[in-house]
Amino acid sequence: MSETAPRYLKLSGLEPLVITPESNFINVGERTNVAGSRRFLRLVKEGNYGEALEIARDQVEGGAQILDVNMDDGLIDGKEAMVTFLNLMMAEPDIARLPIMIDSSKWEILEAGLQVVQGKCVVNSISLKEGEEEFLYQARKIRQYGAAVIIMAFDETGQADSYERRIEIAERSYKLLTERIGFPPEDLIFDLNIFPVATGMEEHRRNAVDFIEATRWVRQNLPHASVSGGVSNISFSFRGNNAVREAMHSAFLYHAIKAGMNMGIVNPGLLEVYDDIPNDLLEHVEDVLLDRREDATERLLAFAETVEGREKERSTDLSWREEPLQDRITRALVKGIDQYIEEDVEEARLASAAPIEVIEGPLMTGMNVVGDLFGSGKMFLPQVVKSARVMKKAVAYLTPYIEAEKDKGSRQSAGRILMATVKGDVHDIGKNIVSVVLACNNYEIIDLGVMVPPERILQVAREEEVDIIGLSGLITPSLDEMVYLAREMERENFRVPLLIGGATTSRAHTAVKIDPAYSAAVVHVNDASRAVTVVGDLLQKERSQDYKAGIKLDYESFREKFLSRGKEKQYNSLEEARANALKLEFTPDGITIPRTLGVNTIEAMNLRTLEPYIDWTPFFRTWDLHGRFPDILKDKVVGQQATQLYEDARKLLKKLIREGQLQAKAVFGLFPAVRQGADDIALQTPEGEDFVFRTLRQQAHKKQGVPHRALADYIAPPEAGVQDYVGCFCVTAGLGCEALALAYEQAGDDYNSIMVKALADRLAEAFAEYLHREVRVRHWGYAPNETFDNDALIREAYRGIRPAPGYPACPDHLEKETIWELLEVEKRIGVRLTESLAMWPAASVSGYYFAHEEARYFGLGKILPDQVTDFAQRKEIPREVAEKWLRPNLAEQ
Amino acid sequence: MADLFKELEQRILVLDGAMGTMLQAYKFQEEDFRGKRFADWESSLAGNNDLLSITQPEALAEVHRAYLEAGADIIETNTFSATSVGMADYGMEALVREINREAARIAGEAAREYTAKTPEKPRFVAGSIGPTNKTASMSPDVNDPGYRAITFDQLREAYREQAEGLLEGGVDLFLVETIFDTLNAKAALFALQELREDTGREIPIMVSGTITDASGRTLSGQTPEAFLISISHMPLLSVGLNCALGASQLTPYLKVLANNATMAISAHPNAGLPNAFGAYDQGPEAMAGQIREYLELGLVNIIGGCCGTTPEHIRAIAELVQSYKPREYASTSQANTLTTP
Repeated sequence: MSETAPRYLKLSGLEPLVITPESNFINVGERTNVAGSRRFLRLVKEGNYGEALEIARDQVEGGAQILDVNMDDGLIDGKEAMVTFLNLMMAEPDIARLPIMIDSSKWEILEAGLQVVQGKCVVNSISLKEGEEEFLYQARKIRQYGAAVIIMAFDETGQADSYERRIEIAERSYKLLTERIGFPPEDLIFDLNIFPVATGMEEHRRNAVDFIEATRWVRQNLPHASVSGGVSNISFSFRGNNAVREAMHSAFLYHAIKAGMNMGIVNPGLLEVYDDIPNDLLEHVEDVLLDRREDATERLLAFAETVEGREKERSTDLSWREEPLQDRITRALVKGIDQYIEEDVEEARLASAAPIEVIEGPLMTGMNVVGDLFGSGKMFLPQVVKSARVMKKAVAYLTPYIEAEKDKGSRQSAGRILMATVKGDVHDIGKNIVSVVLACNNYEIIDLGVMVPPERILQVAREEEVDIIGLSGLITPSLDEMVYLAREMERENFRVPLLIGGATTSRAHTAVKIDPAYSAAVVHVNDASRAVTVVGDLLQKERSQDYKAGIKLDYESFREKFLSRGKEKQYNSLEEARANALKLEFTPDGITIPRTLGVNTIEAMNLRTLEPYIDWTPFFRTWDLHGRFPDILKDKVVGQQATQLYEDARKLLKKLIREGQLQAKAVFGLFPAVRQGADDIALQTPEGEDFVFRTLRQQAHKKQGVPHRALADYIAPPEAGVQDYVGCFCVTAGLGCEALALAYEQAGDDYNSIMVKALADRLAEAFAEYLHREVRVRHWGYAPNETFDNDALIREAYRGIRPAPGYPACPDHLEKETIWELLEVEKRIGVRLTESLAMWPAASVSGYYFAHEEARYFGLGKILPDQVTDFAQRKEIPREVAEKWLRPNLAEQ
Repeated sequence: MADLFKELEQRILVLDGAMGTMLQAYKFQEEDFRGKRFADWESSLAGNNDLLSITQPEALAEVHRAYLEAGADIIETNTFSATSVGMADYGMEALVREINREAARIAGEAAREYTAKTPEKPRFVAGSIGPTNKTASMSPDVNDPGYRAITFDQLREAYREQAEGLLEGGVDLFLVETIFDTLNAKAALFALQELREDTGREIPIMVSGTITDASGRTLSGQTPEAFLISISHMPLLSVGLNCALGASQLTPYLKVLANNATMAISAHPNAGLPNAFGAYDQGPEAMAGQIREYLELGLVNIIGGCCGTTPEHIRAIAELVQSYKPREYASTSQANTLTTP
């Protein structure tokens, strides 16, 4: 170790980030920046740091390697906001694992940030703008705090805008820092100013070239230093034309990275793969970037209008078909290719003494490879589900031969597992995935489907002598169902382990509510890969007792901690909360009279129209692939899989659109409305019928100046003297989905069975997005000139909200009944409510429309018993009924 | 302190063992902690081990001599909790400077006595700087994750005062140890850097983190490599790990440090893991046996003991290290060239 250690830029959060010459381009997340994200700015202004944290988390999941945090805004106390937000970030281990870039133009904010982060940060930025003395003072301090630093190409006379000025300032800064105060050169990062090209101004023509050349100079002449920059500036003139912008960003990065730019701020949503840029577009873009023609800008502008996406062809390599039989079978299973499996299995059968040996031999050998790859993180969920499809096809082929030999029952399963989505709930994608993965691992699965009553679960469990019961659910009432089932199991002296999973379940709920109800093992499992290990541990004869005891103890201590913390939270009485309600202004100018009042139905929505509205990110999450679309397609770890999955999804989607097996319908209504009392909204149909929406008010204690919100706050009270309006809707894209999924399942194709449901879910969400836009622009018409791309829609950049009953702003599902009655949802579009008020078909979305300019989403949080009583009285239902539905939101007191 | 660097190049240096464990044997009662001087102090003082430097200096000197006799090259001052933050529990913030000065003086006298006996084996005094009982990057309140019980500046001032007291008492180096929150350590390093600039004296610094459990991370969540990166801006004599785990449990994390650090590596593990009663019962031979692995792998330059270790443990370790060479690392002079402005 005595040789001189290499000088790499090393940063740290909870985990290290070492940037070596071999590192790929380091992507800095920029959404936690009040200048970079309007949504983040709004959330910080509102003091809604909880949601602001979600933005940080999205960045992490989207593949950012450093998080930039900036609070420079005239209306924010930047220092306080910086410290508050960083402190909260540090409390989230999945966020805090990344290094932080503390971004401000104010020294006091930079220093305050440096004082609250334990890891090695990057300061963004300092420069010679205020002279050498200030520059060196700040650099020394930064060194004492142990951070790296970005140097802006800016000096006493201004910002560098030419090649010469860029290298002049970079060199001077570098010398001052390394020679005068011994700043390690590897901790220096130069931001050489990326300015727009194709602006039409002569002096901007060399902006890209000068940046790229200056980058090359810095990397060659200033040893160990890095170069960074904000890439989207380059395409500023093409705002609104994303195809061109994406191509410009990729082409620019391609050349800048080759020149040595090694980190930067890039919006991954606005990036095309360089190799995928069509040649003609690339040529026009590079003409501009590299300043290759006099008329480059005009030509690109003209060309930009013709730009369209084209699809790629793909050829298939079949050389693997020449390999030995076992290799072919293993490959078919690992790659999920079912095309040749029957002929390969036939070949294996002819070579075996008994057909069962084909399963126990070559097929299990192949599945073990799949299991190992999955266990070591080299295969991903969608691949495993495809493997299962191949396996099923192979087994189906062999079954007649096995039965003919009367060899039945000789195949030993590792255990028998009952799976069910609980009564009243219809969501089963996650459950199906877990079932498939367990089946791949040689467990026998008895899947009872959705909306399974508890008696049935227990009866089947007893008759079939299952080893484990797995319950799934997505909506909050399902939580109570699970508790009920656990209690029943205890009463009937069951001892088999109980697995709990599904989006609404949590370790906390399992530990606090379910585990105490059942004295045998209860385990919360929320992803498929863990399910295999957990089931393995539970059924392992030697170790299972210890494992189960360990889980019990674990949940017990979790419970104690959880319960002891719940009590410290502060709440306000309903009366106090109402006194502190959000007080909005309601003026005739601020309210638009809807162009169409009353109820409207869309009988047959064209799925093709919905396709561009799809938010793909949650789709990948369904398959346990985490990351933001579309950059997940280029993710180092899951990118290839995500791309494959995406292609399969697009293919199936095309088929669905073409063949019309999936139908989408919607019903929505807009009505005159007035706030009634503090928390209710009264409305009238054109036929003169009266309806009331009951809303719930936040009660958790708020900081001074932060209101206790209820949705009713967004509707004008009678004393405002203006006529206000409210809307509600239900959309579905799940009609026909169940039959399709079943058909795939019966054909042994779990992959497409799950895929159909996942796509229907996405289409329903897309429909909700589309319809909301139609309502804003046309039916209500309060935003007739709105133009947003899908990205902006996903970011919810528009005016107005559509909160859904059962979600954070209005977590009580009960109001769905009102919507159903008001819009005659079941009669008009065939979506019905289960006893737990889940929508069926599952791929449906319902909610309200609020149009007030200040209408925002919020989380209700926990409420007190006084509100439950009040709600019950307003709604004229027994208090116990109200409590049953509101229980998940009732504070532990 | 050229001597220290030179010694470090030639052999593995031995750090002493636990102070608390040794003091427990004296079974000091409330009145022993108080002594005459604090007989009327309003709060209870039992358990304020750092105060013993003033009220029981002889006992302290005895413990130091026992470790020196056992073969320790570096002994630590009895000042683990002697900051205004730690002393606030006893209302003794005003005594911080005196406690540190006295502790350094007592240790210094003992060390000089042994250096005089064996000049070929010079002994050094490390001023022990503990983590304090508050954390700057974690909230003590689960309901309010953004809350902090102490700020960077408060810690920086508290550490500065402690370091000044230690320096007045004549320590040869500082040991920032048992770091469970790296931000606290950064505040200490900030204070030491300022002290360096203000006094012009370059006192070497050892930094030692604590991996809390089998998660392999500090309490504040950092991996060993992230921890190393976070404290590498200061020129350090050494970086290492201590406390929480026994010697064998520390090995994988020491390897990470040894692979990545350009400075010396130290370790002072506990005498195994605590038993059901919270006591440490790993014997000297067993512990030395586990430490042998560090030496075989060439992982360390400084080795000693933390909770549960005694002079017998240190004796076993001191004998063991004689037959091993120290870990090689990038020259200390290079690591020490950060220009002081």
